Amino acid sequence: MESLGSTRRSFAPWLDPNAEPYIRFENVTKSFGDFAAVDDLSLTIYEREFFALLGASGCGKTTLLRMLAGFEKPTSGRILLDGQDLLGVPAYRRPVNMMFQSYALFPHMTVEANIAFGLKQDRMPKAEIADRVAQMLKLVRLEQFAKRKPHQLSGGQRQRVALARSLAKRPKVLLLDEPLGALDKKLREATQFELMDLQQELGLTFVVVTHDQEEAMTMADRIAIMDRGKVMQVATPAQIYEAPASRFVADFVGAINMFEGEVLEAAAGRARIRDRSGVEFSLDNGGDASAGTTAWLAVRPEKVQVTRERPDGAVNAMEGEVWDIAYLGDMTVYNIRLNDGRLVKASVLNSLRRIEDALTWHDRAWISFAPDAGIVLIR
Amino acid sequence: MAGTWGRFNIVALILGFAFLYLPIILLVIYSFNESRLVTVWAGFSTRWYVSLFSNRGLMDAAWVTARVAFISATVATVLGTMAAVALTRYTRFRGRLLFSGMVFAPLVMPEVITGLSLLLLFVAIGFERGFMTVTLAHITFSMCFVAVVVQSRLLSFDRSLEEAAMDLGATPVKAFFQVTLPVIFPAVISGWMLAFTLSLDDLVIASFTSGPGATTLPMRIYSQVRLGVTPEINAISTILVGIVTIGVIVASLVNKRRRVRQWRDEQTAAQI
Ligand SMILES: Nc1ncnc2c1ncn2[C@@H]1O[C@H](COP(=O)(O)OP(=O)(O)OP(=O)(O)O)[C@@H](O)[C@H]1O
Ligand SMILES: [Mg+2]
Repeated sequence: MESLGSTRRSFAPWLDPNAEPYIRFENVTKSFGDFAAVDDLSLTIYEREFFALLGASGCGKTTLLRMLAGFEKPTSGRILLDGQDLLGVPAYRRPVNMMFQSYALFPHMTVEANIAFGLKQDRMPKAEIADRVAQMLKLVRLEQFAKRKPHQLSGGQRQRVALARSLAKRPKVLLLDEPLGALDKKLREATQFELMDLQQELGLTFVVVTHDQEEAMTMADRIAIMDRGKVMQVATPAQIYEAPASRFVADFVGAINMFEGEVLEAAAGRARIRDRSGVEFSLDNGGDASAGTTAWLAVRPEKVQVTRERPDGAVNAMEGEVWDIAYLGDMTVYNIRLNDGRLVKASVLNSLRRIEDALTWHDRAWISFAPDAGIVLIR
Repeated sequence: MAGTWGRFNIVALILGFAFLYLPIILLVIYSFNESRLVTVWAGFSTRWYVSLFSNRGLMDAAWVTARVAFISATVATVLGTMAAVALTRYTRFRGRLLFSGMVFAPLVMPEVITGLSLLLLFVAIGFERGFMTVTLAHITFSMCFVAVVVQSRLLSFDRSLEEAAMDLGATPVKAFFQVTLPVIFPAVISGWMLAFTLSLDDLVIASFTSGPGATTLPMRIYSQVRLGVTPEINAISTILVGIVTIGVIVASLVNKRRRVRQWRDEQTAAQI
């Protein structure tokens, strides 16, 4: 495996063969009727890890969390927490707290009482509860709303109350189901970093569900990509992005160009693929491909160069026409239409304020990429 | 406005209201009649109200009814709420259909049959009929009304609230009392009020199950009416109508105030 580090350089217990996972899903299946919402899924999560579940709507993320929290029983398989089988441990005895996707705030209690609810169940002394509640309110910036009822709050404020309530008990494991979905971009980014700080500071294990790739990339030590109840890949954000295990993962995370072709050669440190239009690509790494089979060459848009002329010495290059230009401020995305009609995306960083002789619609152009820029996928 | 309503609608409305309220209005008017003869107006007087309070029979019956209604409504509310919770929560236990059918059957069962079967039961197990038996009978038949009211509220209750409570360490029992019950409490209260009024005006079941020492007000009124309607009956009926009217008005005012407050709260939330 390529050495693509985690966000926190020193934290990588999953690479340590002696490290004992903290949470362990073993062949867990959860069926509703004859539909498997979670399908024979195995997963390990380590103590103090910030773990993200990323996947399309309905792929079973919430169901997975609910099984860990104790609201659903697995149809088969087992879930272990710190070596203990959770089967038969009721939700209220699990050292796990959950932030609900629907918030589930108690409508008859004030914000303050909502946050204090879990602490009261533990019979914490009154003064300590007050301290903790104040601290939580400060964290989510709702100090002046302490005495309000949930229905007197906006959607984003409710979400922050739900977050504060689930954090108040400082559970060993915190499950967050779309914790920041209702926040605007600024507040969301600020809260992401606060969550990360808090998780590090308190040494908690976080499992976060999100739709938002950027959010998962920013916060998580490792990401699990889910599809229809199965885990497609578990890896660090950089690995997921730069070394996806399958076309599904490559396509799901970020934008990517994919060329289907026949593998001509796949030896150590060298691979050649002939794509359907007859163009041959040379790559440094053939992945798991073997000669004579069909494989897919995947290249991220930012690793594709766009030029007017064929660059000197370029190994992988194709000619086409500028079909579409999207100016995004920090970068510009070009859609280049190849001669056989396929579109290739290339994004170019706008490091200069003005470019002389910039490419424009319907110009002829060449796309090219380096031999180490692409990945060969066989699935 | 009147033009768009049309003459027919206005007539229909007046007739409808007259049909509903004319008898009651007549009853109220005649309760202030000076004359002993119910059908002859002889001037305004409150003498029947005064004599009512010295009529021991009626006063005793009123007291019995008040106690029966209060106790039976309270017990029926507890049991009915429990039944409603069981029916909405444990949707897959064996015999659920039978259980729910049995809970709701008394809603459509003719009162005569309910009364008769309860009477047979009390006789069979040798219960002496009296205050206890009327109260038990009223609990039995008003419990299902409470269950219906509470169940319809529970169906729209968000179960994730209870899950959140348990997630935060509350046992299922605590979660119920600290979260579910407070949230559905208005429905429980209306269930209680319904049970209370049902017990207040029940004649049939009480006639079957009551004994000599425990004549309820409706029974008393009914037996006196058979000997002829006295203005005293009109007077006590007017008081009953008054109590019920006040109850309804208070309930709707409380409801309206809550709605207004909620609306205001939502406005403030929207402005943030
Ligand atoms: N109680 C249930 N009964 C039947 N089907 C269910 C139940 N709960 C979930 N499902 C189904 O299981 C699948 C996974 O649901 P889940 O809530 O886990 O999705 P999700 O990944 O959290 O989606 P989202 O991102 O939209 O929240 C969905 O197809 C859903 O319809
Ligand atoms: Mg979900």
